[in-house]
Amino acid sequence: MTWAGLVDAVKSAGAHGRALRVRGGGSKDFYGQALEGDVLDTRAVRGIVAHEPTELVLTARGGTPLAEVEDVLARAGQMLPFEPPHFGPGATIGGAVAAGLAGPRRAATNGYTGAIRDFVLGVTLLDGRGEVLRFGGRVMKNVAGYDVSRLIAGSMGTLGVILEVSLKVLPRPPAACTLRLALPDPARAIEQLNAWGGMPLPLTASAYRDGDLALRLEGAESAVKAACRRIGGERVDDAAAAAFWTGMREQTDPFFSLPGALWRVAVPSTAVPLGLPGAQLVEWGGALRWLKGDADAALVRREALRAGGHATLFRGGDKAVGVFTALDPVKARIHARLKAAFDPARVFNRGRMYAEL
Amino acid sequence: MNAPAGKPLVDLLRQARVVAALREFMPAASVLFEAEDTRPYECDGLSAYRQVPMVVALPSTEAEVARILATCHALDVPVVPRGAGTGLSGGALPMGDGVLLSLAKFNRILSVDTAARTARVEPGVRNLAISEAVAHLGLYYAPDPSSQIACSIGGNVAENSGGVHCLKYGLTVNNVLRVRGYTIEGEAVEFGSEAPDAPGYDLLAAVVGSEGMLAVTVEVTVRLVPRPERAQVILASFDSVEKAGDAVAAVIGAGIIPAGLEMMDKAATAAVEQFVRAGYDLDAAAILLCESDGTPEEVEEEIGRMKAVLGRSGATRLAVSQSEAERLNAWAGRKAAFPAVGRISPDYYCMDGTIPRKALSTILAFIAQMEAKYGLRCPNVFHAGDGNLHPLILFDANDPDQLHRTEEFANEVLLKCIELGGTVTGEHGVGIEKINQMCVQFAPAELALFRALKAAFDPKGLLNPQKNIPTLHRCAEFGRMHVRGGELPHPELPRF
Ligand SMILES: Cc1cc2nc3c(=O)[nH]c(=O)nc-3n(C[C@H](O)[C@H](O)[C@H](O)COP(=O)(O)OP(=O)(O)OC[C@H]3O[C@@H](n4cnc5c(N)ncnc54)[C@H](O)[C@@H]3O)c2cc1C
Repeated sequence: MTWAGLVDAVKSAGAHGRALRVRGGGSKDFYGQALEGDVLDTRAVRGIVAHEPTELVLTARGGTPLAEVEDVLARAGQMLPFEPPHFGPGATIGGAVAAGLAGPRRAATNGYTGAIRDFVLGVTLLDGRGEVLRFGGRVMKNVAGYDVSRLIAGSMGTLGVILEVSLKVLPRPPAACTLRLALPDPARAIEQLNAWGGMPLPLTASAYRDGDLALRLEGAESAVKAACRRIGGERVDDAAAAAFWTGMREQTDPFFSLPGALWRVAVPSTAVPLGLPGAQLVEWGGALRWLKGDADAALVRREALRAGGHATLFRGGDKAVGVFTALDPVKARIHARLKAAFDPARVFNRGRMYAEL
Repeated sequence: MNAPAGKPLVDLLRQARVVAALREFMPAASVLFEAEDTRPYECDGLSAYRQVPMVVALPSTEAEVARILATCHALDVPVVPRGAGTGLSGGALPMGDGVLLSLAKFNRILSVDTAARTARVEPGVRNLAISEAVAHLGLYYAPDPSSQIACSIGGNVAENSGGVHCLKYGLTVNNVLRVRGYTIEGEAVEFGSEAPDAPGYDLLAAVVGSEGMLAVTVEVTVRLVPRPERAQVILASFDSVEKAGDAVAAVIGAGIIPAGLEMMDKAATAAVEQFVRAGYDLDAAAILLCESDGTPEEVEEEIGRMKAVLGRSGATRLAVSQSEAERLNAWAGRKAAFPAVGRISPDYYCMDGTIPRKALSTILAFIAQMEAKYGLRCPNVFHAGDGNLHPLILFDANDPDQLHRTEEFANEVLLKCIELGGTVTGEHGVGIEKINQMCVQFAPAELALFRALKAAFDPKGLLNPQKNIPTLHRCAEFGRMHVRGGELPHPELPRF
């Protein structure tokens, strides 16, 4: 289906009150609430529209394979700074932006870091009326109008189809090193991660499980060397390190095959270890706690809230408990009105995020 | 030009009713309405626009903010929030039939979490006060607008303000974790969270940069970052602005993200040097300030690479700061550029367009043409690394013809920015000032969506209305005028 084909499909669905399920490679079908409606395949709208390395901007059609985007960037010595998970060979850039998920680099402490939304500069959106709308652009700074482009990141395809997206990209760090350290006490490990976070160290990823901490340092050669000396531990060889971080990002690490549902608990980085049954894996300097097991949903949510965070039922389990943490009434009302503004007939991904949207 | 033509006088009955309603729960001294008390609030940093507000409310508690909003909502009275009033686009311009809500009394730093590297602050706290309060912990708040000694964090959130170090460390939107506030209906609401990826739509992203039109901020949680062990800045001189522009692309192209990458042309350095002895090369057609920060090893390595690239790009002189005092002095000059220019001309008008970096020399050549066309001087300072321009048109507001030429000049430059694939505002906001150019940058359906987005937060349209997003009617008028070959007659509002 072409760009114009997508527009027609949306108009017709809207006119007939039908729901459409926006889908790229289907790599994230598992994520979110129920899938409803006929598939609207975005993959025909693909290709890199612009990439000028000196502009630090890449513009691609929504259906472009994520792997293609990463290849093009790698050839120019650049990368997507949020290290998005693919979760399958067919992942598209539009799907990655809609899902809003970031990988290990999310909590890097050197320089400019963040989630996908921090790097979205502009989108071309097909809204629920079949209108093609452009927000933001291809420049680094833009405060004209409301920042709709960033709002689209993580909206799970419920506000529109991402026809095109412009992202800020960054140069790949010249040097990298992964260290392993034994830290038997989880509370101590979280304190240590936060302490390092407050120091000018080029930390770009961390993963802690069962007393074993892995740290990735990236940056200028000299800075990485100095930081390795300062932190100590044992250096992991480069190939094994790359495989390890890919395993974290893609959830192919053995942790993710443990039995039970996978919960993604986001908390302030200093939260003490969560008192929940099951296995835990800590990422993002303490701010992300993966929980694998059969803990009671209400308990997980209570514990997440107590820690100042929120819990998402990421994979498996009973989705009837709600995949995403419920919104308070004021925000739920704003959400409903936003949905109506973008997609009045509720064409897109009905109920994928919250039942009412 | 000072008072929009045809404005009715204050509706005294309405004023009395609003004052009485607010004084039911606020001390009389916190609800102002006499002209001599309300006059100081008549404008923000864009002083060409002035409007005395009907009432000024100065709450000191959150409960008061909530009640002011609920009261105004019930009475259908528009509310304009105000921080420090340094905004450059008229975002805090009051309404003659509305309440100006000053957050000035919300000036406390509520807590600092050293381990988590966050600070919770009230909206009236000055940007620089945050970094000062956490300096002893080896931390700072990265976005550093040149107005940082005066502007408030609430205003920074509303404008998504940037600074000279935002190329590497991000804008306000990248450094704020959570905003707590109240809707126009007086309901408490929280956007973002101290944990990553708050559930639902990223409303924080919508609220940051929303020019105080979606909610009133009463608390901001900011991310703090470790102060780099070392920072050094290179002052690089060039004999043409084009070469300086190309050097910017070359630095980025070499895979370097400087901590700051700023450009000033000869007219700007001349003005600054009279005001602050920053040690700039006054013979250069343009200078770049290119900063590296990090560990000592990192900085040494990066400064070496930067010097090599700048040298290859034709720099005629390279000077590296040899002490922290020297470095700060170099930045003091850049940060004082606006006031410095303010001293060499009765008035100046600051633009804020952003363009793709590769178009730097094109826009510079265009601005030079416009200087000749309109007979006005225009020194340039840029956030070059971000492609964000601040051309400063010098004029005398007492001369109506100069004022008119300045308007035309600015309009042409902004439209050129759009044509080059950029935007009319990179960090100062649309406010009332660039509202006409929004009609050119966005299509009617996009503007309609912006209005619907506002209505999702504020269905009655009472919170800072008439800013940022033009009505279709206004666009129809401007559009017509624009089609007539850039001949802009005077609409009912002055355009800057
Ligand atoms: C000399 C000079 C240099 C400058 N340099 C820079 C620069 O380098 N980078 C940059 O980005 N800007 C710069 N600015 C512009 C200005 O300082 C920023 O836009 C700043 O963020 C405004 O903050 P303020 O507190 O003065 O806000 P105000 O001017 O009072 O208000 C600005 C907007 O914010 C809204 N607002 C304020 N407080 C709240 C609140 N609590 N809740 C909801 N809405 C609120 C207002 O309604 C208005 O729309 C400069 C200005 C000057 C005068």
